[in-house]
Amino acid sequence: MHDFVYHRASSLDEARRLGAEEAAAFLAGGQTLLRDLKHHRRTPTSLVKISGVLPREIDLRDGGIRIGAGATHAEVAISEVVRERLPALAGLAGHIGDPAVRHRATLGGAVVAHEIAGDYPPACLALGATVHTTGRDVAAAEFFAGPGRTALEPGEIVTAVTFPVPAKAAYVKFLNPAARYAMAGVFVALAADGRPRLAVTAARADGAFRWREAEAALAAALVGDALREVRMPLDGLAEDLFADAAYRGRLAEVLARRAVSLANGAAPGVAVFSHGSPLRIGVER
Amino acid sequence: MPDVSMTVNGRAVRGTAEGRTLLVEYLREHLHLTGTHVGCDTTQCGACVVHVDGLAVKSCTMLVLECEGSAVTTIEGLAPHGGSLHPMQAAFREHHALQCGYCTSGMVMMAVDIARRLDEPDEATIREELKGNICRCTGYHNIVTAIVAGAKAMAAERE
Repeated sequence: MHDFVYHRASSLDEARRLGAEEAAAFLAGGQTLLRDLKHHRRTPTSLVKISGVLPREIDLRDGGIRIGAGATHAEVAISEVVRERLPALAGLAGHIGDPAVRHRATLGGAVVAHEIAGDYPPACLALGATVHTTGRDVAAAEFFAGPGRTALEPGEIVTAVTFPVPAKAAYVKFLNPAARYAMAGVFVALAADGRPRLAVTAARADGAFRWREAEAALAAALVGDALREVRMPLDGLAEDLFADAAYRGRLAEVLARRAVSLANGAAPGVAVFSHGSPLRIGVER
Repeated sequence: MPDVSMTVNGRAVRGTAEGRTLLVEYLREHLHLTGTHVGCDTTQCGACVVHVDGLAVKSCTMLVLECEGSAVTTIEGLAPHGGSLHPMQAAFREHHALQCGYCTSGMVMMAVDIARRLDEPDEATIREELKGNICRCTGYHNIVTAIVAGAKAMAAERE
């Protein structure tokens, strides 16, 4: 890893000033950034440590759950308010990476990293989340701009994300049994106004996306059978050593039906599958 | 070079480190605490798991400068030097939860973290919790058995 100057910001204002410099990078939990530095995918000349100055409170306000960007995945997973009001999101956070990663990785870091197999991006899209930054509020749909890219300007910092509380929601992902990375994941939500949204992750090479054909099919009723004839377009699907486009497309179709069933179930939450067997269904402890 | 001060295994440590120095590098190469291992250096294998402020973390994916003011515990600090083993270490020995031993320090540190968070989890939960700790020898059976026993012993000790 190349060397860099390390700053520990003592306030958000100081962080913005230091981070606006050319070739500076913000460091929150570091679970994506340090990997990228080791692989020389990014070569910042300075790192600005911001986890000490990021908000990490989790509050219910105006029909939404506002989560501070510094909240770790472990904190979101065990948050009483998230578990009660949006169990699918608590379960999602509780199944990112592994327990040690979840102790470090933050919500802010996850949305900014915008990994193509990320778990938070489809939740943001399907729930119609708002990303709060040091300068503005951005709708999730406008925030994500291609894999690894967001609408953030230099020096701009994500401070929180607000997730509107839906009537129903569920998240289902299928892990490669060896790499334990999602080969496809589907987050489905029925908004409080009755509108269904369905977002897919890890399937397309350009990141999470809303699957409009599926949403249209679910408009009349949120039932899995409504998706029986809906086919995932293969154009643009990711292909790698784990799966080709046809396999991924079919996987997304099956996971979408399972997500809808789970959202309608008694304990909506999260299901993680690998080779067809449920590792865990329901809400993380 | 920037200064860093923290507590490692109950002992105050003060030194300097480059920005890029990983926690595991500092532990092994500066403090000579070589019980913490580097298996993959890519956050996957868990051989480098230590506790920072009471939580299991992968020390290959944390800068030592991020530990400023923190309390770090490594496998060397789990039981007092020359004293009896930590209940989880004793369980790993009792159930022969290792073969080559390379993953063991990370496994034990993760196991202690699991037992602290989940009290006495069942085998399926333990297997899921070990997602980020890879053993290439044993097939996990004895490791899971040891963690069940170690968690039980830790719970008994708390009572």
